[in-house]
Amino acid sequence: MELFEALSTKFNYWIYIIIMMIGLYAMISKNNLVKKLIGMSIFQTAIILFYVSIGVKEGATIPILYHDQVHPSHGDSHHEADTGHGEDHHPSHEEIVANLHIEPDDFGNPLPHVLMLTAIVVGVATLGVGLALTQKVYRDFGSIEESEILKSIKSAK
Amino acid sequence: MKSFALIAVILTGWLLLSAVSDFPDWGDTESPANDYRLSQHYITETFPESSVPNMVTAVLADYRGYDTMFETVVIFVAGIAIMSILRRKPLDHLKDKGKETRTYKKDPDLIIDTTCRLMIPIIQLFALYVVAHGHHSPGGGFQGGVIFGASFILLALSRDLQAAQRWVPEKRVLNLAGIGILIYSGFGFACMLLGSNFLDYEILHKIMPATPVEARSHSMLGVEIGVAFTCTAIMFSIYSNLASNGDMKETL
Repeated sequence: MELFEALSTKFNYWIYIIIMMIGLYAMISKNNLVKKLIGMSIFQTAIILFYVSIGVKEGATIPILYHDQVHPSHGDSHHEADTGHGEDHHPSHEEIVANLHIEPDDFGNPLPHVLMLTAIVVGVATLGVGLALTQKVYRDFGSIEESEILKSIKSAK
Repeated sequence: MKSFALIAVILTGWLLLSAVSDFPDWGDTESPANDYRLSQHYITETFPESSVPNMVTAVLADYRGYDTMFETVVIFVAGIAIMSILRRKPLDHLKDKGKETRTYKKDPDLIIDTTCRLMIPIIQLFALYVVAHGHHSPGGGFQGGVIFGASFILLALSRDLQAAQRWVPEKRVLNLAGIGILIYSGFGFACMLLGSNFLDYEILHKIMPATPVEARSHSMLGVEIGVAFTCTAIMFSIYSNLASNGDMKETL
C-alpha cells in the first residue's frame, strides 16, 4: 500500500526515468545511426516531461491571465460607476492593476514552460544537425550501420 | 555491447529511481520550484510590469531576453551548419549514367493539389495569428515560425521542392534568417542607444507611441516577429537540405 502511494504521488518521475532510460539504451546499444538519433530524441522528450511536470500545481490553470482579469470593463460596473463615461470607457493600465488580484497558486509555474520552450528549439536544432551528419556519413561510407562504418574505416587503413 | 548498455541503463535508472522519494509530489504548490519567489514574481508582477497576460511569452521575450536571443542564434547556426555539411552541386553525372531515370516532374495529384491549395493559406494565416497574438494567448515567435515554415514544407511535399523554392529560394532563406536576428538585436541596441541596458524595453517608450509599460508589450511583439522570421527560414532550410540530400533538386 505504501508502495502504491509512493507510485501514485510521484508517478511523473517514474515515467520520465523509464522514458529516459529507453532513450539512453537506444543511444548506447543501437547499431544504426538514425536509431541512435531517435534515442536522443526520446531522451530529450523525457527531460521536457520532467521539467513540465515540476511546474504543475494542483488545481491551477495555464500561466496566462484570464480575459476578465485583464479587461475588467466587461460586465464589471465598478469602473463605469466611477467615471460615468458609459460602455465606451476603457480603464487605464493603472486602474486595471489597482483592481487586479492574482493568486500565485491559481496559475501554473511559467518558468519550466519557458525553459522547455527553448529546450525544444535546441532539440530540433541538434536533431537536424545530427540527421545532416548521418546523411553525410552515408554519402561517404555507403552505410549508416556503425559496425559497417568501422569496418570500412579499418580496411581503409 | 548490448549487455553492457543494459547494465549501464539499469544502474543509472536505479540511481535515479532511488532519488525519486526526495522529489516533491505531483502538483504540490509548496514545492521549491513553485514556491520560490522568482516564479511567484513572474505570476503576480508580469501584468503590472509589462501589460502582457501571457507570462510564458513575457518571461521568454523580456525577463529572459538574452536567452531567447541566443536561442534564435542557435537555430540560425544549426541551419548554417546543416547547409555547410550537406549542400553540394547537383550530381549531373548520375543522370548521364541513366541510373536515375525517376521523373521528378510528376503531374500533381488532383486531391492532394486541391487540398494543399486550400490548406496552405489557412496555415499561414494561423501562423501569423499565433505570432501576433502570442503575448495574449498561447503562442509566440518560435511556434508561429515553425507553423509558417511547415506551410512551405507542405508545399514542397505536395508539389516538389522547386515549387516551394519559388517562394523561399535559398538566398531568401539566409536573408530572412539574418533579418530575424537583426530585428531582435536591433531592439536591444535601440535600448542601448536611448541610454538604457541591452534589451531593457522600457526606455523604448521615447520612440513609440506608448507608455513605458506598454512599450515592453510592443517590444515583445517586435522581437517575437524577429524570432518568427528566423524560425520560418531555418525550418524550411533544414527540410529542403535533408530531403534533397543537399543538392536542392529532387525530394522525397
